[in-house]
Parts: sequence; structure tokens; C-alpha cells
Amino acid sequence: MTASTTEPSWPNEIHRILADADVRQVCYVPDAGHTRLIERCLTDQRMQSVRLTTEEEGVAMLGGAWLGGQRGALLMQSSGVGNCINMLGMTRECRFPLLILVTMRGEWGEFNPWQTAMGQGTQAALESVGVTVQRVDDASQVAETVDAAARLAFNSYQAVAVLIGQRVIGFKQFRK
Amino acid sequence: MVDRDITLQRRDVVARILRDRGETLVVTGLGSATWDVAAAGDDPRNFYLWGGMGGAAVMGLGLALAQPERRVLVITGDGEMLMALGSLATIAVAAPANLAICILDNERYGETGMQETHTAHAVDIVGMAAAAGFSATATVVGEAELEIQVPVLLETPGPVFVTVKVTADPVPLVLPPRDGTWLKHRFRGALLGDAAYE
Repeated sequence: MTASTTEPSWPNEIHRILADADVRQVCYVPDAGHTRLIERCLTDQRMQSVRLTTEEEGVAMLGGAWLGGQRGALLMQSSGVGNCINMLGMTRECRFPLLILVTMRGEWGEFNPWQTAMGQGTQAALESVGVTVQRVDDASQVAETVDAAARLAFNSYQAVAVLIGQRVIGFKQFRK
Repeated sequence: MVDRDITLQRRDVVARILRDRGETLVVTGLGSATWDVAAAGDDPRNFYLWGGMGGAAVMGLGLALAQPERRVLVITGDGEMLMALGSLATIAVAAPANLAICILDNERYGETGMQETHTAHAVDIVGMAAAAGFSATATVVGEAELEIQVPVLLETPGPVFVTVKVTADPVPLVLPPRDGTWLKHRFRGALLGDAAYE
């Protein structure tokens, strides 16, 4: 997919799913692919949105949210997954529910070679510390995948990451 | 690094603070701070980290946002906090009024052989927290200052950040339960009642 004149609907659908799942804390390190979802969460009075300096903060923060009786979601780009690995060991040891939504870089038509190592290692890195990975590469399947991941996370006390493929998001354009 | 003699003992400091805890929820950073809080008396409203270095303060943030009517106190060490200096900015911007962070600063990595941390070399974490935007900050060196800061930690609208300079003297190991899932359930049960298990 390349730049389109009509905006895709899946970011709005993710927001609706998070709201329906009673997600009350949303934390993020921004990614272009998450721009609209972040905007929608920031304007949703039911959600407390927290900007992080590094993604691992969100892993620990949402453990605290669960201790306090609230559900959360963590938004990041694939390069942020590498920042989280040790902290995800805590998620597993404590069996904290955790929903991570990862927008992918470094795979489908990537321009920036510095993104490829972490992007192509993202799934293996997550699985190495016990995170269940559910991947989606078709925009029409994003909503159902996030919905299923949220149910799995919060009902079965699992750490679940949805990898939203670069094919869904489109190439990042580097214009001179 | 301070230019006054450090005499406060970490176990005495933690016991003094927690004596007045009331309904405060406590999160501890891995290592010595976890042992110190356990030594002051186990409590279901304590959540002890045995890992996740750098996660204690932000775990307190998530808990504080979820429970705005309850005081949340994070007790951790200088080494653990130094690993997550960025989280000072995250917490200050989120600005939970009910969150306080207390650093037990012995200027050492206590669990790994007492190697020096950066606070032994003029790095001022309290200054960093103040610069990030914490609304109340202090460095405690003596008992009189501690008495002033105990109610700040437990009551003053925050986020609050207090460093207590403590000696590097060895203390006996006091280990709380270490099964994270069990600690989670115990904490949620104490806080949320039956809703913890829905």
C-alpha cells in the first residue's frame, strides 16, 4: 500500500475496541503508524494517555495499572520492542495482562536500513520472553485481530502483542 | 554526594516512614529496598519487585493513576532509579498528585558488590526530579529532616520525590515472598476485594 487519498479506518476501529474493552490507561512512544489512534485516545475522556520516554516504562506502568484494577494498552513501533525485553520478564513472572500494539518497520519496502535488524527480529524477541504474538498484514483484519488479542490478554492474563505489518501502514516516505 | 556526614540507617528510615503509612499502597524497587520494606513488616498492600530494574517508579505511576484516591509510595534505591531517569519526565508530566517516590541513596549498587553509583559523584537525582517538574522535592540527610519529610511523602500533593541519604553499612537479609503472581493476587485482593478475581 502506498499513500492513499482516503484515510484507513483501522486506527479508529482500534480505538473503539480499546474503549469497549474498558482500557483506561494508554501509554505510548509515538510512531507515525499510530498517529491517529494516539490522537483519538488523547481526546477520549475515559482514557488516561501517558507519553513515555522509552517503551519499557509502559510495561511496568501497566503492571501497576493492573495492580490498581485498571486495564491498559501500550503502543509502540517495532524498534521499541527491543527496549522492553527485561521488563517483560516481570510481566511474565507476575502474569500481568498486557496488550501491546506494535506498528512494524524494517520489513515491507523499508527505506532505512537501520530499522531492519530490530524490525525483522521483533517477533522472535517478544516470543523469547513469553509474549504471544499475533500478526496482521491486511487492513481489513486489524480490528478483529486487536479485539481477539484484547480478549486473550485481559481474560486469560497473557501478554499479547499485535504486530501491525508495514504492508498495512504503508511505506514511510522520505521526501527531499 | 553531600558534604555532611551520613548517619541514617536504611532500615530505621523505612520503618519510620511506614509507621505512619495508614492505607498507603507501597511498591518497592528490586534489591535492598525490597528487603528494607519486608523488614519493616510484610503487608498485603506491599508490592515487592524482585526484578524489572528501573520499573518501580513507573509501576507506581500506573497504580497511582488507577487509584487516585489512595496514596502510592514507591521506595527504591539510587541505582534502580538511575536506570530510569527518563521516567522522572514521564511521571512529572503525568503529574499524579497521589504519588510519592522515596530513594534510599547509599551511593552504591548494594546487590552486586557495593560498587559506587553516580550519586557518589555529584549526580543529583533530586535536582533532576525537580527539573522534570515534580511538585515537591527534598534531600534528607538527618533525622530532623526525615521527620519533616515523612508527612510530605505520605500526604503532600505530588508528585513528590524525596531522596534519603543512608549509610552503606551492611544489614541482615530479610526476604519477602518472591512469587510475583502470588504477590499480585494478594495485593489486588487487599485493594479490590472480590473484584480482584472477576
